[in-house]
Amino acid sequence: MDRQATMEQGLTQTAFAPALSPAARRRQLREKAIAGIITLMAFTGIAALILIIVFVAKEALALFTDPAARHEASLSKMFLAQDVPAGRPAFRWQPVSKIPKVSMIPLFVGTLKTTVVSMMVAVPLGVFGALFAAEFAPRRLRELLKPVIELLAGIPSVVLGFFALMVMSTVVKDVFHFDRPLNAMVAGLGLALAIVPVIFTVSEDALTAVPRSYREASLALGATPWETAWKVVLPAAAPGILAACVLGFGRAIGETMIVLMASGNADVISWSLGDSARSLSATIAAEMGEVVVGSPHYSLLFFIGVQLFIFTFVLNLLASTWTKRVMRRLTGGAA
Amino acid sequence: MKAFLQSLVVAVLLALPLAAHAGNLTVKGSDTMVILGQRWAEEFMKKNAATKVQVTGGGSGVGLAALQNGTTEIAMSSREMKDAEKQKLRSRYNTTGTEVPVAKDGVTFYVHEGSPVNSLTVEQLRGIYVGDVTNWKQVGGPDAPIIVYSRENSSGTYSFVKDHVLDGEDYAASAQTLPGTAAVVNAVSKEKNSIGYGGAAYAKGIKELKIKVGNEEIAPSAENIKTGKYPLSRDLYFYLRNKPAGDAKAFIDFALSPEGQALVTKVGYFPVK
Repeated sequence: MDRQATMEQGLTQTAFAPALSPAARRRQLREKAIAGIITLMAFTGIAALILIIVFVAKEALALFTDPAARHEASLSKMFLAQDVPAGRPAFRWQPVSKIPKVSMIPLFVGTLKTTVVSMMVAVPLGVFGALFAAEFAPRRLRELLKPVIELLAGIPSVVLGFFALMVMSTVVKDVFHFDRPLNAMVAGLGLALAIVPVIFTVSEDALTAVPRSYREASLALGATPWETAWKVVLPAAAPGILAACVLGFGRAIGETMIVLMASGNADVISWSLGDSARSLSATIAAEMGEVVVGSPHYSLLFFIGVQLFIFTFVLNLLASTWTKRVMRRLTGGAA
Repeated sequence: MKAFLQSLVVAVLLALPLAAHAGNLTVKGSDTMVILGQRWAEEFMKKNAATKVQVTGGGSGVGLAALQNGTTEIAMSSREMKDAEKQKLRSRYNTTGTEVPVAKDGVTFYVHEGSPVNSLTVEQLRGIYVGDVTNWKQVGGPDAPIIVYSRENSSGTYSFVKDHVLDGEDYAASAQTLPGTAAVVNAVSKEKNSIGYGGAAYAKGIKELKIKVGNEEIAPSAENIKTGKYPLSRDLYFYLRNKPAGDAKAFIDFALSPEGQALVTKVGYFPVK
C-alpha cells in the first residue's frame, strides 16, 4: 500500500514536472502526432461510410421528389400487384419497357432463395468444420486445414461465379433433374463456396477463445469429448458463431458476381429451386452500366441499394441484441 | 533492384512525351461491335502510328452515356439513340449528335445443334419470348419445355429484339438473362432444349434458325441481310457529339473505306457500302 502511494506520487510529480528534457518533449510530441493520425484514420473510415450512405440515399430520393419518377415507380408499383394484360404475371421487373414495370417482389424472392440456399449449406459446413478444427483435429491437421479454408476466401467471386456457371450448373442439373441449368440452387451453392470460409474462420476463432477451464471442468465431470464440444464449448461460443453467421449472411445478400453469372436472372416468382432467381444486387450490377443517369430507373437502382443496406443493418441489430441476451444468460446476469 | 527501378523511371520519363504527343481516340460502346472496332483500330494504327485508338465495350447504353459525359469521342451503338439521350446531349453540348451507320448486322436466333427445329416465323419467336409458347411441340418440335435465354436490358440486342420481334411487349418472366452474346452461345450449346439470340458474328458451334416468311425460309446470310430480305437485320452506328473532325474523321473515313468494309465482312458482319 505504501509503495503504491509513493509510486503514484512519483508519477504525478513527473507528469507535472515544470521542465522536460528536450528528448522527452520530442517523444511527447511524437506520441501526440501518432495518436492524432490514428484518430484521423478512424474518422476517415467513418466519414467515408457516411458519405456513401448520403450519396446513395440522395440518388434514391429523386424517386420520391421527382414527379416523373413518382409516376413511373411509385411505392405501390414497387410492392403491389399491377394490372397487366390477362394471363401475364402481375409482379414484373421490366424497367426498360414502354410501360416500365418495377415490382420489387421478384427481386425479393430471388434474393431470399439464393441467400437461404447458401446459408443452409454454408452454416452447417462452416460451424461443424470449425468445431472439428477447434476441438477434434490433431494439431498438424488443424494447421493444414485453417490456411486452406482461409485461402478459399481469397478466390475472387467472379472466378467462383464462372466455376458455378461452367461446372456446377451441369452437375446440379443432372443430380436434381432440373429443366434449367442456371437456377437458384446453382447460385446458392456458388454463394456457399464464398461464405463457408467467412463462417468457418470467425466460428473457429470464437471456439478457440472459450477458456480451457470450461473443457477441463466438463471432462473432469465425466463428459465425453463430443458432449464437451456440443454442450459446453459450442454454447459458450454461441455469440461468436452467431456473429459469423451474420457476417456470412451479409456477404451472401450483397454478393453480386456469383448470382449474376449462375442464377439466370429471370424476374420470375417461383419458390422452386430449379427455377431462375434475380437478386437485388445482381440487378444493380446488370443494369447500372447502361442506365440514363438521373432517370427514374437510375434512382430505382439506388433505392435497391438502400434496401440492401437496411436489410443488413436490421439483421446486425437483431443479432447484436440476441448476442447480448445470450451473454447475459451465460454469465448468469453478472454482466 | 535499384538499377531496375532507375531504368524503369528513365523509361517512363522517355515514354511520357511520346504518349503526350500522340493523338488519342477513345471508342466505346456496344459489345456486339467491340471486335469489329478493335480490328479497325489495329489496321488504322498500322497506318497512322501517331494516333492511338482505344476500343472498349460495355454495351450501347454505356457508350452513349460516355458520349454524354464526354469520356469518349466515338460511341458505338447497335441501336438508334433514344430521345432521352438526345435531349441530354443537347442540354450539355448543345448538339444532337452525328449518326454514322458503319455496318449491318442480323440478329440471329440460335438453337442447340441437335435440335430438329430449323426455322420459325417471327410470330412463333414472339410467342416463345413473351411466354405464350412454352413447349417445343407447339412450334413443331419435340415434347420438351423451351429454355429461353435473353440478354440483360443494357444490351442493344435486347432492345432490337424487343422492338422488332416482340412489338414492344415485355419478355416472359421465365426468360433467363445472360451477360453477353458469348454467354448466350455457350449456354445454348450446352442445353438441347434452349433458344437464344445474338449477333451473327458470334454464331459458332450452334445452329442458326432461319426465319420463315410465308413459305420461304430465309437464312441470316450475307446477301439476305445486305439486301434487307432477312427481316431481323439492323444497322450498327458510330455516334459523335459534333461533325467528325481530326482523328475521329480519319478513323471513320477508314472504317467506311473499301478496306474498312472488307474488315466488316471478315469479322462476320455485313458492309453498308
